[in-house]
Amino acid sequence: MKKIIKKNYSIHKNVLVKRNSSQITKSHNPKWGMEIETKNFANKVKLYRQGKISDDDFRRYRLQHGAYGSRLNTEYSMIRIKIPGGEINPEQLEKIANLSEAFSIGSAHVSTRQNIQLHWVQLEDVSEVMRGLVEVGLTSRESCGNTVRNVMCSHFAGVCTDESYDVSPYAKAIARFFLRNPMCQNLPRKFKINFACCSKHGLASIADIGLIPVIKEDGNRGFRIYLGGGLGAASFIGHLLEDFTPEDKLLATCMATIRLFDRFGNRENLARNRMRYLVHETGWEKFQKMVIKERTVVAVTTSELTRIQYEYRKENESSLLSSIKISPISEKKLKLPVLNDDGNNTTESKHQGFKRWFNTNVVSQKQLGYYTIFITLGAGDITSNQLRFLANIIRDFSQEHTARNTPQQNIAIRYVEGKDLFNLYQKLTTIGLANPGALSIASPVGCSGTTSCNLAITNSHRLAKEIQKKLLELRYDTDEDLKSSTIKISGCPNSCGQHEIATIGFFGGASRIGTSMAPVYTMLLGGNSDEKGELGKTLIRVPAKKVIDVVLKIIELYKQEKHEIQNIEQDPKLPFNNLENWISDISKGIGNGKIKNLDDIKNLLIPVIQLATIEESPDSYQDYGNDTKFTAKTARGECAA
Amino acid sequence: MEMIQNSLQKLQEENVQLELHIFNTSRKETNKGRPCRTINFKPKEKSYNLKKQKSINKTINSSTKNIVKNTKKTKTVKARTTTTRKTDVKKSNNNKTKFHQLSITCDVDTLRTLIRKKSVRVVDVRRHDDYKKGHIPTAVSLPLATVLANDTPEGIIKILQNLGISNLMPVVIYDDTFGALAARVAWTFQYVGHTNTALLEVTFSKWKSIGLEVERKINKFSATKHSISLNNNIHADASYVENISILPKQDLQNNVEIDLHVNSNTVQSKSPDISITNPLNNKIIIDSRERLNFLTEHIPTAKNIPYTMLGTDTSILREGKELKRFMENRGISPDSEIITYCGSVGTLSGLAYYAFKLAGFNNVRLYSKSFKDWKSLGKPKQEFKEANYWDLSAE
Ligand code: SF4
Repeated sequence: MKKIIKKNYSIHKNVLVKRNSSQITKSHNPKWGMEIETKNFANKVKLYRQGKISDDDFRRYRLQHGAYGSRLNTEYSMIRIKIPGGEINPEQLEKIANLSEAFSIGSAHVSTRQNIQLHWVQLEDVSEVMRGLVEVGLTSRESCGNTVRNVMCSHFAGVCTDESYDVSPYAKAIARFFLRNPMCQNLPRKFKINFACCSKHGLASIADIGLIPVIKEDGNRGFRIYLGGGLGAASFIGHLLEDFTPEDKLLATCMATIRLFDRFGNRENLARNRMRYLVHETGWEKFQKMVIKERTVVAVTTSELTRIQYEYRKENESSLLSSIKISPISEKKLKLPVLNDDGNNTTESKHQGFKRWFNTNVVSQKQLGYYTIFITLGAGDITSNQLRFLANIIRDFSQEHTARNTPQQNIAIRYVEGKDLFNLYQKLTTIGLANPGALSIASPVGCSGTTSCNLAITNSHRLAKEIQKKLLELRYDTDEDLKSSTIKISGCPNSCGQHEIATIGFFGGASRIGTSMAPVYTMLLGGNSDEKGELGKTLIRVPAKKVIDVVLKIIELYKQEKHEIQNIEQDPKLPFNNLENWISDISKGIGNGKIKNLDDIKNLLIPVIQLATIEESPDSYQDYGNDTKFTAKTARGECAA
Repeated sequence: MEMIQNSLQKLQEENVQLELHIFNTSRKETNKGRPCRTINFKPKEKSYNLKKQKSINKTINSSTKNIVKNTKKTKTVKARTTTTRKTDVKKSNNNKTKFHQLSITCDVDTLRTLIRKKSVRVVDVRRHDDYKKGHIPTAVSLPLATVLANDTPEGIIKILQNLGISNLMPVVIYDDTFGALAARVAWTFQYVGHTNTALLEVTFSKWKSIGLEVERKINKFSATKHSISLNNNIHADASYVENISILPKQDLQNNVEIDLHVNSNTVQSKSPDISITNPLNNKIIIDSRERLNFLTEHIPTAKNIPYTMLGTDTSILREGKELKRFMENRGISPDSEIITYCGSVGTLSGLAYYAFKLAGFNNVRLYSKSFKDWKSLGKPKQEFKEANYWDLSAE
């Protein structure tokens, strides 16, 4: 009986109201997809196979529709499904589960830009996957190629205790405006837009356009807009365009920026064609003036026909929730719900597990009594069965009936009531989705690496999972000092794994060690993705099989220093209060303990990274997931095709 | 009696080795530390892990014993079932004895009508224990393991006769493993000459979940005669497959394993149109295992259509027109000859066999001994080792 009530009613104006039946059976269809595109794609594949379309033309076409060539094998594709703003509903999760089972490998993969990727799909089946996506309102269109990529939105938008207002509708409206828009079908290079909820969440500083919502004293909504950030072979933190950009100038600002990029961006040099290089080469002050000027032109020349294609009010579907009481400032540090100790069917160990999970996977929302919970994935991987299970969890436990995927490659389920948390946790344990550590150091990011990417040199994906396993084994997720630190790994210098903004970041490469080639990672320390942003500083190259040792050594060194300081001073006021600060200080050369700077820590790490000879330990010269000699093999990247 | 003993012993021997790969599509374990892959279905139906597999094998063992026991009993229970037999026959308008002619799959309504008219033999190929817990009315039990243990034309004919199946009687087969076990048995019946065989379009779970009749009694029918007429054009063996799996010369390195990657432009030519890549003729080998198993290794020139593509939540096979579109997308023309294979005993590929039939292909064969046989014979394989795709699996 209880269950029935839960299913059919939801909270509105703090009273139970019956949900209308369509809400129970079907989520809102966001209609990102177009059926005609699926048929066209199938036909194009046939023409290509018959040799009637050139390789280059076909590649361009394929990428525009979100299908990458798979690693060293053009028979297969990786389909990157756009999840605008990261919002995904249960039907979509179920459809992706089925499509992956039928046409991919039975697992899906959450990317660092809130896409969901299906790997190793036969080129001939891509149109079938697209067809399925259209049924649930999704698309892979313009998720690759020189287009406006998936528009990101902080997964806390709408529930963040520090945000000034919910940017989700704006993010979706901007995504919809630029999708299939003629003005951005062939940019010099890809273009990324990130909406943050506050200065901490949402990666506003590392996008071509990054936006943070602000409300002026007069109550007007607007943004702080950052331009020209981005990660890659050369990374940049974005520049603040102006103190306040009113919301009615949002579209014009975005259009102006994209127009300038389209006009002046470098189309010759593949390595320097992202907008951040244009900004860098032009000089920020000059570029800033250009944007403001162009924005005026856009504002006065944009037709009504164009303008009506941007309608953020239409994107706001969660009015149901706007009535939930927002907790006043004093309550913002919300108390966590008390466990209901009925003791009957819950064993002690389950409670222990729950507490551990609760510690790193549950965050209280600004809405009183509601929580956002996180599903910890391994480098973003989730099976079809798990996806289907999750769909039902979302239906049963989330009052907004959708989930959001996160740039940390996890999944957030929001609007969960405190009283349901334990029950929800128990359900998750039955299908391997209750791992702790989502919001801790024990949730490393790993791009796809050699599991499917043409440019990869190392198996960053597997490495991320191996590190996660180790850290969870050691229960480092429970260590408060380590919680705020992050580990991010890319399989090559291209930064899909966002290694520059990690506390401890790695990118893959190959090195000759002794007489043999070995997979190695360049380690960076001290990055973060706050509004001001900080790029990690390169330290040393670590053999792949020594990365875990190095991570553990860093943690050990931290603990040692903390311990020593605590011993010396009677009433210790630690100059650093966690690993993240400690590393950040060291990376700036202002360490407070014995380890002052990067050279100090480097010297201490060098003994850890020494490899035995290849004869003594052949395994040390192989990459994860391989039992053969390591060779760095790559093919032409398609990012810039 | 001696014969029964012999066959029992044989069964047990078989069972020791019987690799019910359907529950465990283990890939080649080359790399340390990779998780073993198992097929998973939806939460409710899933998790046939290795541990379970053992118990499956055990129950197969005991169920085969049951069968032997039951055959002994049949002599005494004959009387009751003969009455049923008479009504098997349906009179048609022109007063000639005529059976309903089944198509490739049989829908639920048709089957229920046939059951009501008592003019069909329903065959349950699940484990005998499952059968005992409840089955479709009038169904007889024939676990897949029994078929595999008697997998000679004579053995199968004997099975047909013991189940009281005469030459023209409609036979509808079902399982609870998305149709793959049923498909293998159906194909076997058709191979020895019982053409009027169809797959029930739903699994037993589905049948039950839509609230249809289930009975628990163990059905026996008196033995009949069944003639043998081998349907050789639906069967393929290793040498048949080998003749059409020949790669262009330069890729065959003295019959050793071929390490193939995309840059060797010969095989991975941009056209998958098999008539071009395989100049021999219009014969296409289809591997129906899952993608990762296929990538790891497969018969040279084979194309991959994973069995997971073939069915839906509600039906063991998609509609013919949809399956046809899948093949069309791949540039496989309906007048091609298709040879399907899978990991070991021809179950997944059995389902693929019927999928091609449903898609309108007339010329389809099953390599029933499949890749296990191929490998044991040391035939060449195509491998793809340039990516760590197994590490993407979240299992
Ligand atoms: S960072 Fe490199 S290896 Fe990883 S996905 Fe991006 S391009 Fe591929």
